[in-house]
Amino acid sequence: MAMTLAEKILAAKAGKECVIPGEIVMVPVDCAMMTDILGPRIFAEQIEKLGKPIKNPAGAVVIADHYTPAATEHQSEIVKFSREWCLKHGVSFIELEGPCHQLLAEKGYSYPGSILVGTDSHSCTAGAFGCFATGIGSTEMLGVLVNGEIWFKVPESIRIEWKGSLAKGVYAKDIILQTIGEIGHAGATYCSMEFFGDTIESLSMDERMCIANMAVEAGAKVGLIAADQKTVDYLKYHDISQAENAPLYCADPDACYARRLVFDASDLVPVAACPHEVDNVKPVQDIAGLKVDQVYIGSCTGGRLNDLRIAAKMLQGKQVSKKIRLLVSPSSQRVWREALEEGLLKALSDAGSVVLAPTCGACLGLHSGTIGKGEVCVSTTNRNFIGRMGSKHGDVYLVSAATAAATALEGCITDPRAFL
Amino acid sequence: MDKIKGIAHKYGNNINTDIITPGKYMELSIEEMAKHAMEGVDPEFYSKVKEGDILVAENNFGSGSSRETAPQALKQAGIAIIIAKSYARIFYRNAINIGLAALELKEAEEILDRDELEVDMQAGTIFNLTQGKTYRFTPLPDRLLTMLEAGGLVAQLEQS
Repeated sequence: MAMTLAEKILAAKAGKECVIPGEIVMVPVDCAMMTDILGPRIFAEQIEKLGKPIKNPAGAVVIADHYTPAATEHQSEIVKFSREWCLKHGVSFIELEGPCHQLLAEKGYSYPGSILVGTDSHSCTAGAFGCFATGIGSTEMLGVLVNGEIWFKVPESIRIEWKGSLAKGVYAKDIILQTIGEIGHAGATYCSMEFFGDTIESLSMDERMCIANMAVEAGAKVGLIAADQKTVDYLKYHDISQAENAPLYCADPDACYARRLVFDASDLVPVAACPHEVDNVKPVQDIAGLKVDQVYIGSCTGGRLNDLRIAAKMLQGKQVSKKIRLLVSPSSQRVWREALEEGLLKALSDAGSVVLAPTCGACLGLHSGTIGKGEVCVSTTNRNFIGRMGSKHGDVYLVSAATAAATALEGCITDPRAFL
Repeated sequence: MDKIKGIAHKYGNNINTDIITPGKYMELSIEEMAKHAMEGVDPEFYSKVKEGDILVAENNFGSGSSRETAPQALKQAGIAIIIAKSYARIFYRNAINIGLAALELKEAEEILDRDELEVDMQAGTIFNLTQGKTYRFTPLPDRLLTMLEAGGLVAQLEQS
């Protein structure tokens, strides 16, 4: 029977010939990822009381990324608790290296054909590797740790095809924002969003991760991109053993999709998600000139090497506006070092930006760039909800790294095409 | 489960988890976090909710972050049941897992703030005492009702 990407992965993992939407399948979990904010500190007591061991400690990892570098004593204690819990239970622990989804990719936890669950809604990022990856709650995670498996209702799938070449100044972030603007922030609830087309195939893994990362902003369970040679090359480059024999599933041409959407990439212009919903998407030129207080380039959505290259190229030899502050947080320690070696951090710093540690901090208003009452932030992150980056009386606009850099130069929202 | 009677606190579409429990309060205990629940849209929420009250919303309730603190804080604030037209998937599962009933009702928008409601979980009926109307919803399967009655997934596992 013809199957979508989601159906192929679930069928293989459930040991079935085929699966159909609505069917419930039990699948083994290859990677159970927990963060510091929603990890052991939430369920440690309960797991202790249950008295059951962790079924597959080797497949579990805790990544302290929200409260690192800790801004308060309490945050530090939460990280300490997570570290000690991991030591006690034989679970890998990573801290201070950056947002979890980037680290899962770099360290080989996101690989084709696998099942990954994380206590963070953007766990769908790993879908860029053809990995069935989704966010779950902390209690659900407790069940996964004890049982080593999870049940899923096979989702209906939405086929999203992007055809043609992107114009100069238009990037993967614009693709996903435009897609969400079209589908709506609940338009893919419970579904698998599957991205196809020559535009998607032409994108680097950094860019594909930016797209899969935001599938949850349309309500999707997973956001999948078929693994190909680029996926394998990324894994090899990062010395990940799963590069060998990785199943490169393709959706069948006659697979059943609940909905099919086709976009022409050459029509796309730089866009922004305006306050306070991710599907409130407008062309940047329509809101150009709006006064901005802070520009933020970072996070598991928009702080990868690719983003830093775009920003550094635009800012090279120039100065950011005195009216704003530009904060840059590379999405991992590895990205930080690569950007350093490429001279990107120098270019960004010379232009007047402040390069921070890799962290989730500012994206959800925890630390390292929290905005105040009445402030406007233009950001390469993934959510612009009320109060998301700090004050509930602040505004957040979500954009590409290019739009963020152009905005930083001008001090107001600016279409990046003028700088290319 | 017995019938649940409470006052409705009514909200609109897209009440996301950053509104229900803002990130900046995530370090706090659930008891403290609950005092800030829904602050972004309703700073009076915690002070006006009484034990056993009902939260009513429209589409896409609980979208965004996977934080389980969102249903936990609502439960801690006294909310006994959530009624919405639709939910974001992670929130829905989290709510049931921590023992907070979440019902889907297509007529949720007809319910007004401060209406008095009586919910019969087993029969699948909601009686709006203020408006004199009855709504029907598909009752949760017995397995989930048992889990809710136990107080959530962990409480149920402890009993078994």
